[in-house]
Amino acid sequence: MSIRVGHTADKASFPILAHTILKDDQTRRNVRHATDVIRAKRALRVEEMPDWEQLRTSGHAIKTHTLEHLPYYLEVFEKNCIAAGGQVHWARDADEANAIAIKLIRAAAAKVEPEKTKPEVIKVKTMTSDEIGMNAALEREGIIPWETDLADMIVQMGKDEPSHIVVPALHKNRHQVRELFLENMGLTELGTEAADLAAAARMYLRKKFLEVEIGVSGANFAIAETGSVCVVESEGNGRMCVTMPKTLITLIGIEKVIPKFQDLEVFLQLLPRSATGERMNPYNSIWTGTTAGDGPQEFHVILLDNGRTRMLANTRERETLNCIRCGACLNACPVYRETGGHAYGSIYSGPIGAILSPQLNGMEHSRSLPYASSLCGACYEVCPVKINIPETLIHLRGRIVEADQKTLAGKLSQENLGMKMAAHLFEHPRQYEAAQRLARTGQGLFEKDGKLVNLPGMAAGWTQFRDLRALPDQTFREWWKKRKSKTEANA
Amino acid sequence: MSDARSAILDTIRRELARDPDLSAAHLAEAPDSAYERIPREYERVGTLDHEAVLELFYDRLRDYDSELIFTDEAGIADAVLKAMSEADESLLLVPAGIPDAWLPLAGIELRRDTDLPLIPLEEPRTVLTGCTVCVAMSGTVMLEHGAEQGRRAATLLPDHHLCIIRKDQVVETLAEAFARITHRTAPITTIAGPSATSDIEMTRIRGVHGPRRLTAIIL
Repeated sequence: MSIRVGHTADKASFPILAHTILKDDQTRRNVRHATDVIRAKRALRVEEMPDWEQLRTSGHAIKTHTLEHLPYYLEVFEKNCIAAGGQVHWARDADEANAIAIKLIRAAAAKVEPEKTKPEVIKVKTMTSDEIGMNAALEREGIIPWETDLADMIVQMGKDEPSHIVVPALHKNRHQVRELFLENMGLTELGTEAADLAAAARMYLRKKFLEVEIGVSGANFAIAETGSVCVVESEGNGRMCVTMPKTLITLIGIEKVIPKFQDLEVFLQLLPRSATGERMNPYNSIWTGTTAGDGPQEFHVILLDNGRTRMLANTRERETLNCIRCGACLNACPVYRETGGHAYGSIYSGPIGAILSPQLNGMEHSRSLPYASSLCGACYEVCPVKINIPETLIHLRGRIVEADQKTLAGKLSQENLGMKMAAHLFEHPRQYEAAQRLARTGQGLFEKDGKLVNLPGMAAGWTQFRDLRALPDQTFREWWKKRKSKTEANA
Repeated sequence: MSDARSAILDTIRRELARDPDLSAAHLAEAPDSAYERIPREYERVGTLDHEAVLELFYDRLRDYDSELIFTDEAGIADAVLKAMSEADESLLLVPAGIPDAWLPLAGIELRRDTDLPLIPLEEPRTVLTGCTVCVAMSGTVMLEHGAEQGRRAATLLPDHHLCIIRKDQVVETLAEAFARITHRTAPITTIAGPSATSDIEMTRIRGVHGPRRLTAIIL
């Protein structure tokens, strides 16, 4: 099994990546501007919904229910999709999913365009395909993937990585995008307005939409009851990719299944308002298997695990799979708003990335992420499916510490020894008081204007960036004792 | 890959059974009966009278840059002609099930979509369709791509979509609209205003790959 989340395995930890980005003023300005705009729009559109909380409650309940009965709903989805003319494949991990996709693309290309040596596919934004590194896998096999979502195209042209799960190129401003387009589209002239750039993308991709015979999509929802798939989008590139090709391959994480058609009435209210602050996104495509005379006549679904089943055995962890990828938690997060997505070293960034990536990857690759949060709770407040992200972050921190304590290095670490000592002192009041007296004497070396600066060892991490008040001359307990004896003397 | 299938399903069952918070009885319950207990206290049915629903719908359409023309059954052909001439368009794509009474007799050229190959399908800049149902709250038009609505490509390639909407097709909430979708396994497209993107600096721009203009002809 090779479970993969982006290139996370090779990435440095969050504090190291964040440090570099914090020095990049342009990126920080871009991220701040974009998140400010989406936050304001979302707030406006949520405000006008009198039943928002009830919708969130239902969204959470539907997802919770589905995950508890996941085998049933996956099998029902599979049965109905096949009955409607679709073919369903299962992939345990990234490599298996890529291998299936490559085999299907080769077979489809041999059928429809055998003269082409390098098959092409048009792709509509799918984070899941980024998760499994599909583009790189296709390119290694001589298949050319064309990203058609404007932001994904910008990321692909710039050989960049997505920095946001809804707006992957949010870290680029229009001047930077213009440069990329000029370089990659063979244009000599191009305006600087966003509308000029969108028009250039339309011209550039229209030919691809008409010519390329194979499409790849992800799915926002897979409906068990009907075997249907739903893709939510704005630009029309999604409609193009799921309609124009002869063969369509749709990659779906196993957690994307929902029980019934009517459940869309909940999620299609929660998702657009949370993601882009729209009452409804311009387009939703819902399709079931194949339809004679309309759209692809060959339709494949790849149901992907890739680490999702690792989250099922614990209620707190399983809730992570409620996520409908709206990105509201990213926009609300005071940490994400400073660093942007690249600091997370995973295509899933922000608060949801901080809980999703370590669980998908295994903690060894993303162990700094559960700490990349101030636990302020803004993410939980905006989450349309009520994922309690702060609780989950604490839970994951607990798992990291627990695992560390089992290793020799962990047992001997400053942190573990320090915590052990603290636990001992808290249990023994006399020794605690003695330690306080000792610290009061010792702190003189580091005290400056009532504050401790440049503490040694592990404590340096704290005093480097934050004020730490020096211990007072008298503790509360000492004051209390004195007060008591004084009162007694007076009596 | 049937081994992957059974491996994944087995893993899911095994992992769920390990969760101390999920009782065996809970996991063994029929999903359909557990499903019935999902709370649904949100507003499934609207509260406005139909006139107010319509006003809300028009407002939502305008908010997302759609154009509105009001007419009656007899005035459809004229409305089509008007919308096209204002946009300087002359070739209209006509899906198979469109009634002849909707079509202008002169002034424009008609191209009927009788399983047209791509090139002639892509040429017209305008397409005329009906719809299944509309949602006032979110300004959304829904197509099931049945008779009057054409196949999906027909409403996607042209730059200007003229959509005939009868007032009784407009409902207030999304739940009411989905209840009116009867062919749930037909391809379904929901449309809220023209194609748009906010990918560059979060500025909403009208029109990327789908139709850049949506004209609602309200009967």
